[in-house]
Amino acid sequence: MRVVLITAFAALTVLALSCEKKPTAEPPKPTEPQPTAGKDVKPAEPKPATEDTILLGEVGSLTGSEAAFGDSTKKGVELALEEANAAGGVKGKKLAVRVYDDQSKPEEAASAATRLVTQDKVVAIIGEVASSNSLAMAPIAQEAKVPMVSPSSTNPKVTEVGDYIFRVCFIDPFQGFVMAKYAHEELKFKKVAILTDKKSAYSEGLTEVFSRKFAEMGGKIVGIEAYAKGDTDFRAQLTNIKKLKPEGLYVPGYYQDVAIIAEQARELGLKVTMMGGDGWDSEKLFELGGSAVDGSYVSNHYSADDPTPRVQDFIKKYQAKYGNVPDSLAALGYDAAKVVIEAMKRAPDVSGPALRDAIAQTKDFPGVAGTITLDEKRNPVKPAVVLTVEGGKFKYKATVAP
Amino acid sequence: MYEFIQHVINGLAVGTIYALVALGYTMVYGVLKLINFAHGDVMMVGVYVGYAVAFLLGREAMGSLGAALVVFAASMAACAVLGFVIERFAYRPLRDKSRLTALITAIGISFALSYGFQLDFKVSVGGGEVTVLPGAASRRFPELIRPQEWLVLGDNDVIIWNWQVISFGIALLLLVGLQVLVYRTRFGKAMRAVSHDHKVAALLGIPVDTVIAVTFMLGSALAAGAGLLYAIKDKTIQPLMGVMVGLKAFVAAVIGGIGNLPGAVVGALLLGLCEEFIVGYTASSWRDAVAFGFLIVVLLFRPEGLFGRVQAEKV
Repeated sequence: MRVVLITAFAALTVLALSCEKKPTAEPPKPTEPQPTAGKDVKPAEPKPATEDTILLGEVGSLTGSEAAFGDSTKKGVELALEEANAAGGVKGKKLAVRVYDDQSKPEEAASAATRLVTQDKVVAIIGEVASSNSLAMAPIAQEAKVPMVSPSSTNPKVTEVGDYIFRVCFIDPFQGFVMAKYAHEELKFKKVAILTDKKSAYSEGLTEVFSRKFAEMGGKIVGIEAYAKGDTDFRAQLTNIKKLKPEGLYVPGYYQDVAIIAEQARELGLKVTMMGGDGWDSEKLFELGGSAVDGSYVSNHYSADDPTPRVQDFIKKYQAKYGNVPDSLAALGYDAAKVVIEAMKRAPDVSGPALRDAIAQTKDFPGVAGTITLDEKRNPVKPAVVLTVEGGKFKYKATVAP
Repeated sequence: MYEFIQHVINGLAVGTIYALVALGYTMVYGVLKLINFAHGDVMMVGVYVGYAVAFLLGREAMGSLGAALVVFAASMAACAVLGFVIERFAYRPLRDKSRLTALITAIGISFALSYGFQLDFKVSVGGGEVTVLPGAASRRFPELIRPQEWLVLGDNDVIIWNWQVISFGIALLLLVGLQVLVYRTRFGKAMRAVSHDHKVAALLGIPVDTVIAVTFMLGSALAAGAGLLYAIKDKTIQPLMGVMVGLKAFVAAVIGGIGNLPGAVVGALLLGLCEEFIVGYTASSWRDAVAFGFLIVVLLFRPEGLFGRVQAEKV
């Protein structure tokens, strides 16, 4: 009897440790064995790379806590490829993409990247959205000399991994600066508190920049509280924040946590304007957060209200194909795929080094989410927009140039 | 001061949910000596059944007492059936095997449920699409109980909501109900007999299979109820929601002395408060480490749990 109990506790402790804040970390998955990761392969091109197709790879969070990010990005990439194929493909060959799901987990993202470079021999990888996942993939792509273009990982460290790693979005130091400036100059906040996700490179990076910039501008950061991805109870942290009586609360997290945080803040009677970054951008934010997220401000890559013809054109095509207005993840997925396709056209061949050089030379590329010119650190320099939440929608507020 | 009161309320709210789940854990353990690791996932299934029923009732019906009762009844009934099926087909065939076998089976069922529910599976019936498995994305749980401020202290400093009071009341009520069932009824006597030694109980004419099946159904229905209160509290539901709660409830049950009903509730409330104070006054990353550390400390000094009785080892 006792032996059984002790064994059970041992098992429990192991489980508990692996589960801590991340109940999805257990390796055995009876209902979804490993090989089915391949089930996410775009159905239209089930065959591997042949003589007349060029195979791209994509890693995305199609399930798990950031499933909406992966889904939008995948749709954006698909649309770009479809257009390129309709226009005759590249170098006389059709393009295909192999998509693997990483369940929103860095370790899965790394193994998906390994599969793409060793097994599928893709010419380039598009992904990931979350910086932590991109950071797990980047060393693998770098090692294999396969160019990797992240559509929307904003943490600076991602492209610092090596010269094969690119991105098509702005980086966190800029995004954090934009929100700090807006909070200080437009919203006239003096006291701001921060609630950050300790487990996310994205969230930590933004927190660091925002608090530094906001303090430099003369504002005061009254407190920084932390949570870990996967938590569902933020009441303890919010209770502490309430005591500090801030005017604004900066929550640089992802939409799912943000929605719950907004709900619980309201429940505790914490009346404060919430601010965030592009991690908020998903339809799910409004579904999960309801009216609690109304009146918040976020920095983002693009706004669907942007009247520029190429933006409206993209929105029209996207809506015709998928039926909803694209979020910025979709726009950046589209841009990332386009940058790779353009580079393939310019490159003498699609081998890793040649393609890398061509991507590095991207200049004045008219992306949906801003014009892309890659600098020597393989990051584009482009403006950000500030949006506000109103009645379950993002409304355009301002554009902030670097 | 207000902040402290708020922390206590937050902690009790979390503890209440743990308590309701822990009651089911401890009851099944009491009878079968089986740690039913799938308990938290049965809870999750109950929440999704409740979600589906609420969806069918429509948005207008939400907030009315009738709708809440229908949702609770349907979800608890569905989980009772699920509990019966799991017991009948997964645990009963293993009853005379080593306990470890059943334990591993329980873990298997837990994974099957939590990952199975992450699959998207729809069937089209007569033109419409019916979702069979919900998929991985989080969903917002409908407002079964319309939130109302029950008590406000100071200048909006502490707010106690009606659903917090209702959950707490339900937890205490269920505790008393179960206590009466186990110690004051014939069926309870049979449960205790089976718990003591099911072979001898069978020899004395107690329908062991029935007793165990009913215990499982009760435990699972309890889990469904707990799950719905959890969903009302946190509003967002997803297929992995049961894993951590199940684990914490198990810890609570062990702290209180597994097999002991009041112990489970006290252990759960203690654990909830302990977690809240850790996050509130130190750092959030310590929450789970402290919760499980608490378990180890309790087991070091009182291996039988706070309220457990020392049992003589059977040879």
